[in-house]
Amino acid sequence: METSRLTAERIREYLDQGKRFDGRKPEDFREITIEGNVSNKAEGSARVKLGKTEVIVGVKMGVAAPYPDSPNKGNLMVTSELLPLSSPRYENGPPKFPAVELGRLVDRAIRESKFVDFEKLCIKEGEKVWSVFIDIYSINDDGNLIDAATIGAVAALKWAKMPKYDEETGKVLYDEHTTKGLPLTKDIPICITPHKIGNKIIVDPTQEEEDVSEAKITIGANVEGVISSMQKGSPIELSIQEVHEMLDLSEKVRKKVFLKIEKFL
Amino acid sequence: MTKEKSTAFKRPDGRKVDEMRKMSAKVGIVPNADGSAMFSFGDTIAIAAVYGPRKMHPQHSQNPEKGTLRCNYSMLSFSVSDRIKPGPSRRGMEISKITEWALEPVLMLYKYPNMVIDVHINILQANASTRCAGINAAALALAHAGVPMREMVSSVSIGKLDKQLVVDLNKDEEDWEEGEGATDIPITLTQDGMLTHLQLDGKITSKELKEAIELAKKATKDIYEVQKKALKDSLNEEEDK
Repeated sequence: METSRLTAERIREYLDQGKRFDGRKPEDFREITIEGNVSNKAEGSARVKLGKTEVIVGVKMGVAAPYPDSPNKGNLMVTSELLPLSSPRYENGPPKFPAVELGRLVDRAIRESKFVDFEKLCIKEGEKVWSVFIDIYSINDDGNLIDAATIGAVAALKWAKMPKYDEETGKVLYDEHTTKGLPLTKDIPICITPHKIGNKIIVDPTQEEEDVSEAKITIGANVEGVISSMQKGSPIELSIQEVHEMLDLSEKVRKKVFLKIEKFL
Repeated sequence: MTKEKSTAFKRPDGRKVDEMRKMSAKVGIVPNADGSAMFSFGDTIAIAAVYGPRKMHPQHSQNPEKGTLRCNYSMLSFSVSDRIKPGPSRRGMEISKITEWALEPVLMLYKYPNMVIDVHINILQANASTRCAGINAAALALAHAGVPMREMVSSVSIGKLDKQLVVDLNKDEEDWEEGEGATDIPITLTQDGMLTHLQLDGKITSKELKEAIELAKKATKDIYEVQKKALKDSLNEEEDK
C-alpha cells in the first residue's frame, strides 16, 4: 500500500528537473471544486475536490455553557475522521494521530484567523452560548487533506444558516432555520502546506508525494498575507533558508488559491 | 373534516401508498476504492466503498474455508438534525452486522479463503430508511468491485401507518403516532424472491406482514432497475474513455 522505493526515487528525479508525475510545476495546485448542501440536516456543508482528493465538511450548531475563560464567546469544536471508505490505509477504531492533527490544524486556522466573530455567538454571558461544530470527513484521500479541509470548513461556515432557538424551552429548533448566516468577518483563512522533498519545495502533494515528503509546514493566513496559525510537521530539521522559501511560496500560492475558491463562495 | 378512509389514505408528503421516493444511484464515486457507489431514497443518501478481497489480518481471524465479509455502517455527525458524536455506536454495530447478513447469501465467498472484503457504508444525509439505502449502495459497490455475486440484492422499508401499509418510510412517517402508530419493516430481497434481511419494530398481524413482504417484492423490482442502470451507465462511461 505504501509508495514503493522505486516510485519515491522517480518522484525525486522528476523534481530535480522541476517536474511532477501529473505535469504540474512545484508551485501548482490541482483543480479545486466546491459544492454546497451535502447534507440538508447540517446548518451548512460543503464538498471540496482537490484533484482526486475529496473531503466533506459539515457545520452543526448547538447551545451550551461557555468555557470559563471565555464567558462571552461561542464555542468551536473541530473534529475529523479519516473514513476507512476513503483509503485502503484507514481502519476503524479510535482516531490515530493524522486524524487528530487534521482536526487540530483546521481548528486553529479557523479560530486564530478571527474568521468567526465568537462574541456575537453569545446568548447570555456566562450561561449560554452557541457552539459551532465543524466535522471533517475524508471521502477520497489523494493527499493534502489539510488544505482541502480548511477550504471546506470556510465554505461550510459561509453557507451555514443559524437554526432557531426557543429561549423559553431552551431548545434548538433544527427544522426551522433562520435566513441569518453566522457572524463572519472578511478574514478568510487559507491553509497552504509546503512540503520538502529532497532539496525542492512543493505544494498540494498527491498521496505518493506526501509519502516521499520529508518535512512540511502548514501555514494558515488570510489573503493579505497575515499569518495566524502555523505548524511544522515532521521529525526532520529545516534550515532557516528553507523556511523562508516555504513562506514566500505559500504567499504566492495562497493568492492563486483564493482566486480559485472565491468564485464558489 | 371527517376521518379519511384507508382507500384515500394521505401520506404526509402526498405520495401514493405504493410510491417510492425518487431514487438515484451512481457507481465509482470513490476512486481509491476497488468498488464504490451512492444510493439515495429522496433525502436519504448513502455511500459505500469496497476494499478487497484482500488478505485478512491478523492471521488468526482468517477462515480457510471461505472469505469474510466485513461491513461497517456509520452515520456522519451532520447527517441528522441533532449532531451525533462521531465514531462507533451500538446501533451502528448492529446495522453493520445486519448488512453483512443481508449481503453474504449472494456472495460467492468460497472463492476467497483467508481473505476479507471490507464494505464501508456512510450515511451523508438521513431521512429514514438509511440501512436500506446503505444495503443498496453496498450491493452496488460489491458488483462494481467485481466480487462474484449470484444475484443482486435490493432493500426497502415497508411501513404500517395505523392500519395502512406503505412503501419507503420517511422520517415523518416513522414518527407516525395516530391510531396504531408506525410499524417499520426493513426488508431485503434477491431478485428470485429470497429474503436475506428482515427487521420489524411496531405492531402487526402475521397476515399484514405477509402483505408487507409482497409489497417489498414489488418495490425491490423497481430498486433493482435503478441499480442495474447505475452499473450499466458506469460501463458505458468507461468505454467512452
